[in-house]
Amino acid sequence: MLNRIEVTIRPELEDPIGKSLCIQIKNDLSIICESVRVVDVYTILAELSPEELDKIAKELFTDSVTQIYSINKHISFPSDYQHVVEVGFRPGVTDNVGKSAREGIQDTLSRTLKPEEFVFKSTMYWFSGVSKNDCSLIAKQLIANELIQHWMVLSLNELENKNDYSILPLPLVTEKTESTVETIPLNLSDSELLELSQKKLLALDLREMKAIKDHYEHPNTKQHRKKSNLPEYPTDIELEILAQTWSEHCKHKIFNAEINYEDNDKNYITIKSLFQTYIKSTTEKLKSEIPWLVSVFHDNAGLIEFDDEHLISMKVETHNSPSALDPYGGAITGIVGVNRDILGAGLGCRCIFNTDVFCFASPFYEGKIPDRLLHPRRVLRGVHAGVRDGGNQSGIPTVNGAIVFHERFLGKPLVFCGTGGIIPKKINNNLSHEKKAIKGDLIVMIGGRIGKDGIHGATFSSEELHEGSPVTAVQIGDPITQKKLSDFLFEARDRSLYNAITDNGAGGLSSSVGEMARSSGGAKIYLDRAPLKYAGLAPWEIFLSESQERMTVAVSPQNIDEFMTLAQKREVESTILGEFNDSGFLECYFNGKLIASISMEFLHEGVPTMQLKAKLEFPEKRPFYIKNKNNLTEDLKKVLGSLNVCSKEAFVRMYDHEVQAQTVVKPFQGITHDGPGDATIIRPVYNSNRGLAISCGICPKYSDFDCYQMSANAVDEAVRNLVAVGVKLGDIAGLDNFCWPDPVESEKTPDGAHKLAQLVLTCQGLHDTCLAYKVPLISGKDSMKNDYKIGDIKISIPPTLLFTAIGFVDDIQYIMTMDVKNPGDKVYLIGETVEALGGSEWANIHKFSGGSIPKVKTDKAVSQYNQINKAIKRGWISSCHDCSDGGLAVALAESAFSGGLGMKININPLGIDNDIVALFSETPCRHVVTVPPHYENDFLKLMKGLDVFFLGEVLEQSQFLVYGYANNPIINTSIYDLKEAWQKTLRI
Amino acid sequence: MVQVLVLTGFGINCERETAHTFQKAGGDPILIHLNDLIEKPDYLDKSKIFAIPGGFSFGDDIASGRILANRIRYRLEKPLKKFINDGKLIIGICNGFQVMVKMGILPLFQKEFQQLVTLTHNNSGRFEDRWVRLKVNIQTPCVWTKDIEIIELPVRHGEGKFIPKDNIVLKQLKDNHQIVIQYAKKDNSLANGEYPINPNGSIEDIAGICDPTGRIFGLMPHPEAFWDAKLHPLWNRLKLNGPGEGLRIFENGISFANSHL
Repeated sequence: MLNRIEVTIRPELEDPIGKSLCIQIKNDLSIICESVRVVDVYTILAELSPEELDKIAKELFTDSVTQIYSINKHISFPSDYQHVVEVGFRPGVTDNVGKSAREGIQDTLSRTLKPEEFVFKSTMYWFSGVSKNDCSLIAKQLIANELIQHWMVLSLNELENKNDYSILPLPLVTEKTESTVETIPLNLSDSELLELSQKKLLALDLREMKAIKDHYEHPNTKQHRKKSNLPEYPTDIELEILAQTWSEHCKHKIFNAEINYEDNDKNYITIKSLFQTYIKSTTEKLKSEIPWLVSVFHDNAGLIEFDDEHLISMKVETHNSPSALDPYGGAITGIVGVNRDILGAGLGCRCIFNTDVFCFASPFYEGKIPDRLLHPRRVLRGVHAGVRDGGNQSGIPTVNGAIVFHERFLGKPLVFCGTGGIIPKKINNNLSHEKKAIKGDLIVMIGGRIGKDGIHGATFSSEELHEGSPVTAVQIGDPITQKKLSDFLFEARDRSLYNAITDNGAGGLSSSVGEMARSSGGAKIYLDRAPLKYAGLAPWEIFLSESQERMTVAVSPQNIDEFMTLAQKREVESTILGEFNDSGFLECYFNGKLIASISMEFLHEGVPTMQLKAKLEFPEKRPFYIKNKNNLTEDLKKVLGSLNVCSKEAFVRMYDHEVQAQTVVKPFQGITHDGPGDATIIRPVYNSNRGLAISCGICPKYSDFDCYQMSANAVDEAVRNLVAVGVKLGDIAGLDNFCWPDPVESEKTPDGAHKLAQLVLTCQGLHDTCLAYKVPLISGKDSMKNDYKIGDIKISIPPTLLFTAIGFVDDIQYIMTMDVKNPGDKVYLIGETVEALGGSEWANIHKFSGGSIPKVKTDKAVSQYNQINKAIKRGWISSCHDCSDGGLAVALAESAFSGGLGMKININPLGIDNDIVALFSETPCRHVVTVPPHYENDFLKLMKGLDVFFLGEVLEQSQFLVYGYANNPIINTSIYDLKEAWQKTLRI
Repeated sequence: MVQVLVLTGFGINCERETAHTFQKAGGDPILIHLNDLIEKPDYLDKSKIFAIPGGFSFGDDIASGRILANRIRYRLEKPLKKFINDGKLIIGICNGFQVMVKMGILPLFQKEFQQLVTLTHNNSGRFEDRWVRLKVNIQTPCVWTKDIEIIELPVRHGEGKFIPKDNIVLKQLKDNHQIVIQYAKKDNSLANGEYPINPNGSIEDIAGICDPTGRIFGLMPHPEAFWDAKLHPLWNRLKLNGPGEGLRIFENGISFANSHL
């Protein structure tokens, strides 16, 4: 029986959600809308008596103070509400509210609903003063996403003349795949093999397809298969398992490829593996000097020692392709997904902070949006909302992030989601970073059920975004299911109820079981035992599905009863799917029949090493000459208001950044809590004063110039941010996340060799800079196919390295923030300024392309950073802010207005005769500090021999005054005007 | 030692800091999963304080606090009523406050649980994390805010706008001095609805209320998030050190339980 309950806000009260939507409609679509009223619709497909319906409407769905409801009848609105849009999910899309509502109904009625009874959530929007056409436009461009939702626009008349009260079709999954297993013959020609790979979305290249073919045609394989009663050629599930395990996403083939690289001087070198040569080796070389490394590069996340009793873990992931298609779903899945990496690190870490870095095209973009892409404004809003809900609902503070804008991110937005966790070093006397599934352990899947969502996610993200990009790759994370799961996991962990754990991310069970089986030496899994969201999944879909909120654990038989009982108590669905063994094979059964048996060795070691070519094409040097100006006030305001510099507070405020009560230096600092902090500091252990600081660096604007410096600048930015808050070199760990356009030369990527050369340079810059700053790399990830190609339009993102840094703070008493504190304090710049306006915000605004970009000089920077740390610890400076996007002028202005005090500055001591260069060049390795007069001598003594420049002093009044090289006033304004310029661009 | 039951499960997420703050305040906090409490309600008998921490129970789906409120009401009404009748203390913070008003445990004019007020979407239509200044009603019987006049705390919610059912309810709240804390300006005058001083548009700037006895207290701001001075956004400008002001609320609860129960 179909029932519909509608709930809305009482007519006499304002509808805040409707009101915000009105504002958005006006801002985004220039449609004037008088009013919108939102109606929550619960469609309940269940046998309920009229009394029961009435009870749930009253006691569950309606807030009697502010809302009204209607059962099986539309709520009527005044006649000026002429049109209504109803939006609901498509079949199979995660409906979190529907799921919670089902639990609520069961509670309210004190009985359970039958499995074939469903609750669906949809939403009606009643519009006043908007035409039907405009309603359609609003639905399509603002409210709904056709990939995951359907909608209907009706006039009041049409609604009244409808025979029944349901508007949208029921989102029941009716499409069923036969639960059969196909055999895929591989006795094919090369072109047929490739075609097969493409048709089945395997994302395998010819060499890989041939390796599989050869393996199956090998006499040993043949013999094994005959004995096992399996067909000679792979079953569909076997081929899918291989494609997933060998995907770029899971195997990082490009980072492990053999690369023939032609460098600047026409020298040829062969790089065996970028990962081994530049990334792992960085950490190896630093190992002897860094005592706190514990487990790096082989678990779900890197683990380091925080103090005598705790380890800290961190991981950063990207979720770009799904976020391009469904920004909200993609982003929430991204953040909740990386949380699971931490839950699965060691024996299971508790998540203590999130970080989020986004790269978009301008939200003010006015050009045409290519097919299948969404407007950057919509992507920004959706991604932000997804990350906000994912973090907030999980109770994990979002403490650090950035939003970076560049026109080429139109082709693919980048969504980096990071999470840090903590775990006691020992759990019941077992070292918490060690885990192993052992022979005889049961394979238990815990958490959500399996649906068709996310099938081919791993292979999909290993391709460019194209017309056939599968809709099933889109999912919506469910933080609450995961919170229940994680609460349960910690209880089970602390009772040592499992031996090993890993998350089900890309590749689903195939990936988690396949990985865990490496330690035991094999596994056997019965796929028909897996709990499904709905019937009709082929066995390979069950194994490969990336349905969210699931972990796989290895439980020994003697603990299984206790484990399952606890799971039931905590309402976390847990299912025994099979067992780990040492057979040497990964084997899958379905309905009693063996349908897959792949040698563990071939699965994990069989992928052929890629052979790639890298050759740098020198960018044309295009120097530009800049004439000095007499008045730079407007220039400073423009730079402050530019997208990459301006305040992101409106977005950041919506993240909970202090849940868990550990955030001792918040993302926004200063007298009115709105100054842009360089890094955030948390106190991970309540009864300790030891802190952890988190920052990031990202400079895609330099990629087209020189990727070595792009990378060096990103590392320096993250490191100098940590230095600014009081962290010292040697106490910093780094995470590298690469997002690249396809760097493999091919017909569709003729410039692949150059893009690969850029990758080589980036790795070299990363390696050298990290070594200089003594920053070991503890975790990283790459996403290598960030291109858009449909028809003739190809957009490749600028090569991008996100460098995330975490650093220890010995005592949070001795930390620093960026806001100036006292009138009369002396303002100093530490670090040399060179002419390097290429790629700068100033050059961007003035449409200068070309020029030269700043180089990181680590030799000097190391001594500077060490001395700054001492000055902070001794209390000799009262504020410290790094010079970053926008240059010196921006750093000075931000420090001043954040502290609510003015400044009087003279840049003559810098000795640079062009004031634009002095103020807006973005030379790295620089900090602006303020020094109380009574410490000035001590400070100068400490800084002796370094590039230290006296610039002026902090003023009591709000004036912001800068004198140029010629001692003439070049900026004269107030800190309030500067702050307004900085805040207004992205105020929402 | 005063045993404090701190509720967990289903998306509650401030239980650790809430328990930690109770411990700092001299209490003996026990984290208890709702399902365990439903199974063994006599945990309530052994405790003097029951705390419903902040979080996103059931994802705020349908409405914040609603599903958890129903589950508690249907499964634990009797033992909770006994707990209240015994004069024991309850505190609900943020989502916990939402749960309390939705199950009718506040304002509790009579002994029966009845929803008379609500907490709903902020006027801004969005979730925000910001610090607010709160003025304590000097006439309130609330035992949790004893000797506190002004306190700064963070709010972190999307649904914190306080609305009474009608003017009669509002009048009764006032007459009983059940309005405990209100959003206030720097000069300690009331926000008078001014955003963001009043961050959500609450009627009469109401941030927290108590029952007529003053033993049951619900509030949107997070006192546990200011258990230590270094959690204040300006601690290093104002040279704050030691315990945070928020701790005092917990100390008041523990000391009242110690002397009266």
